[in-house]
Amino acid sequence: MLIKQQIARRIAKELKDGYYVNLGIGIPTLVANYVPVGMDVTLQSENGLLGMGPFPTEEEIDADLINAGKQTVTTLPGSVFFDSATSFAMIRSGRVDLTVLGAMEVNDKGDIANWKIPGKMVKGMGGAMDLVASAQNIIVAMQHTNRAGQSKLLRELSLPVTGLGCVKKVVTNLCVMDITERGFELKELAPGVTIEDVQAATEGKLVVQGEIPEIRL
Amino acid sequence: MNKVVKNAQEAIEGIETGMTLMLGGFGLCGIPENSIEALVESGITDLTCISNNAGVDDFGIGLLLQGKQVKKMISSYVGENDEFERQLLSGELEVELLPQGTLAERCRAAGAGIPAFFTPAGYGTEVAEGKEVREFAGKKYIIENAFEPDFAIVKAWKGDTDGNLIFKATARNFNPMMAMAGKITIAEVEELVEPGQLDPNFIHTPSIFVNRIFQGTDYEKRIEQRTTR
Repeated sequence: MLIKQQIARRIAKELKDGYYVNLGIGIPTLVANYVPVGMDVTLQSENGLLGMGPFPTEEEIDADLINAGKQTVTTLPGSVFFDSATSFAMIRSGRVDLTVLGAMEVNDKGDIANWKIPGKMVKGMGGAMDLVASAQNIIVAMQHTNRAGQSKLLRELSLPVTGLGCVKKVVTNLCVMDITERGFELKELAPGVTIEDVQAATEGKLVVQGEIPEIRL
Repeated sequence: MNKVVKNAQEAIEGIETGMTLMLGGFGLCGIPENSIEALVESGITDLTCISNNAGVDDFGIGLLLQGKQVKKMISSYVGENDEFERQLLSGELEVELLPQGTLAERCRAAGAGIPAFFTPAGYGTEVAEGKEVREFAGKKYIIENAFEPDFAIVKAWKGDTDGNLIFKATARNFNPMMAMAGKITIAEVEELVEPGQLDPNFIHTPSIFVNRIFQGTDYEKRIEQRTTR
């Protein structure tokens, strides 16, 4: 099984030199900690910052400089600020190379739900709907099951959808899966996890073909 | 033409019960603190507020919610506010949640003379319900209309008495588009200077969009997630 930091580390292996990347709140944010040394990756924060730097020191804290998770951050040489319309122009026009999001549910057609639990929780979609509607490359970071042990990788979503057919890859505590027209294709297994474990935790259509290697971090 | 008003109380003159307001800011960053305080004091009710977030329980738009002054919120993310969630789930408060980019573009369209536009965000979701769908180059888009606010209230870093505005860092966010969109736009600034003191090369919002401007006081600039390394 992978812990959150390891899920983030595995996703960081998908980064490429020169990428512009948008990281969602939660596990996705951690991906920033594992950018390979020497690789040039620029983080876009949809509240209006391209070239997001690390968290500030106590002395550097600036209330006017936050990320989309409302955390205080810093800039880097080459950083730029812009308004929200410009920010989403970048996103909708496909300039962001990789988007990493959390999810409550994903189905085997690549649909994602992550903004609302009717009658219980209404937080809103924030920028997620714009991101999933336009990004070419979306990776979801999530736990394979909920606290009650029920699968979050489903045949049909039970929660209101955020975007249709947009998720290409899912990295969970149990495995790495690609979503293709065949369903969830198992690609890699977390250490100590078997195909049977993944099968039992996956309600949607799981495709297992050939040898499945262990996740390497 | 004198756009300078004395303070927030004077700036919000003409805002009445039932009006639609735009309020700049992302979370608590770049919100018009002084004007919100004046609205709370005014006791004006039945407001429709267009703002990316709804503040927190005891700051920002959260203060207007506490006073039950808001009839409807139009936002993209409201997760930080328990009172908001309570009023929403109990049916006291109407809410329209929109994708953040759609919210931004509906502000921009309002200020740009564009009545509507097509966006892919929200296609196939609840957001698309009742909205025209059109296909361009094989992809589906939904129609979104420009907002029609009575007043837009924004917060800038520096402004001149003509109404030119400069924003700071990520406190810019929705403020420039909202400044363009108001039938009447109110700008509160941290530093108000004479015309000529701002470099024209670095002005974000041209004066033509701003109707009233004043220098705010006592900015708290509360931080929601104070994170350090």
